[in-house]
Amino acid sequence: MKCDQCSRPATVHLTEIRGGKKFEKNLCEQCAAKLGSTQGVGHTPINELLSKFVMEHSGVQTEPPAACEHCGITWAEFRQTGLLGCATDYDLFERDLAPLIQRAHEGATHHLGKAPGSKAETGAIQKRHVDLAKMKKELRRAVEAEDYERAAALRDEIRDVEQQGAV
Amino acid sequence: MQVRDLTKGTGEWLRGIGPKSDVVISSRIRLARNVAGFPFLTRCTARDRQALQVQASAAIAQCNLGPAVEFLDLQPLRDIDRQLLVERHLISKPHAALEGARGVALSKDETLSIMVNEEDHLRIQVLRSGLQLADAWAQIGPIDDQLEQRLHWAFHPRFGYLTACPTNVGTGIRVSVMLHLPALKLTGEIEKVFRAAKELRLAVRGLYGEGTEATGDFYQVSNQTTLGRTEEQLLEQFEQAVVPRIIEYEQHARRMLLTERTVALDDKIFRALGLLRNARLLTGDEALFLLSHVRLGVHLGRISDVDMAKVNELFLLTQPAHLQMILGKELDGDQRRAARAHFIRQKLGAG
Repeated sequence: MKCDQCSRPATVHLTEIRGGKKFEKNLCEQCAAKLGSTQGVGHTPINELLSKFVMEHSGVQTEPPAACEHCGITWAEFRQTGLLGCATDYDLFERDLAPLIQRAHEGATHHLGKAPGSKAETGAIQKRHVDLAKMKKELRRAVEAEDYERAAALRDEIRDVEQQGAV
Repeated sequence: MQVRDLTKGTGEWLRGIGPKSDVVISSRIRLARNVAGFPFLTRCTARDRQALQVQASAAIAQCNLGPAVEFLDLQPLRDIDRQLLVERHLISKPHAALEGARGVALSKDETLSIMVNEEDHLRIQVLRSGLQLADAWAQIGPIDDQLEQRLHWAFHPRFGYLTACPTNVGTGIRVSVMLHLPALKLTGEIEKVFRAAKELRLAVRGLYGEGTEATGDFYQVSNQTTLGRTEEQLLEQFEQAVVPRIIEYEQHARRMLLTERTVALDDKIFRALGLLRNARLLTGDEALFLLSHVRLGVHLGRISDVDMAKVNELFLLTQPAHLQMILGKELDGDQRRAARAHFIRQKLGAG
């Protein structure tokens, strides 16, 4: 297919809906760049996405949220005292809190154990968590012992359990 | 309830009975809980605190938490009354020192105490003499359930029970055992226990918890991690793995001292007894230190004319608030030292 504007091969294909009507454009890279279509509104370039991903997973803090609307505490105030202001803070600051909590609790990320209310339901989820934790430990041991057959079997079991429920 | 009446006994934690009580003084489980809909205490207004106290004490009264549970408002109490509760491990040091509305619900046998408005809205605590964690868990679980029905705990699907400090989040549980380890101290092997505990992410503290020195060879071992492990897993670690090993280690050290360093051991024990029976001035720390050696001597059968219950009692009754409460008057530091020495001489019989 050739570019709508010149004779070079079209590599950028755009579909626009305007007033309920569909318009299609086929452009070469040069013409598309001139029209500014390769970075249309709402698209995030891949490098930006990647760096954001890396930042979020490297513990480097981007701007934390403003003060909690319920208790008024800010992230800076929490860092000073080590005490949060209300239950909502765990959601509001979750991104920044999660790595701190993980460090304080030997790498744990989720609650296991007693829960209020619907005990049967949480019980099943927790059992899955406990089973998974056990299997992962065993897997580590199998790898350390170079028992790869056992390790492979455990890896499959873990995958099955993980697929059974959103753990 | 009169705080003064408590001084008539030693309470649960120093009763000196229960399994493994030669080494394990007491077992304790504490649950940190916050009421949904109220800010945590750092952000509570005076009215919030008051409302929390009213709601919590009403809920405690409505629950069937066992015989003779009474709510004690801490605010109007004298400092010495609050101090006495700290010495009996019924409230924490910060809870005694805080300002504002706060209280504690106590069972008459002192196995249960529920602190209201400490760092968290409620801190439920169950105490047992000796190594009895399973028993303590069996008592505290249903208490938590009953209170939950009336107060509705702040709970998060990912982080579990929410606490003011994120280091307590998850189960909100603190399991601790108070150990008496004089032989490991004498043989210098206590450091090994510290290192092993550190590797297991357990905290080792003194007689009165956070920030206190290990006086009288008392060491409190407790968990630090509260997320990612069930209460049962943690209790199992304590009761099956950690505590039995420390007990064995201490007992081994005691046997070793007895067979290989008998004279040196007897010297420590009888020197301590001699001082306690003759001293005219004793500081609290010195009394604990000497009583610790006497306790070891009684346990090993080296001292036969002193009863173990009496030694356990003296650990508690010679603490500053207890001493003043028993004597019925306020005493300054010098007077306390004299009164303590006099009290101990009376109890142990002057040599």
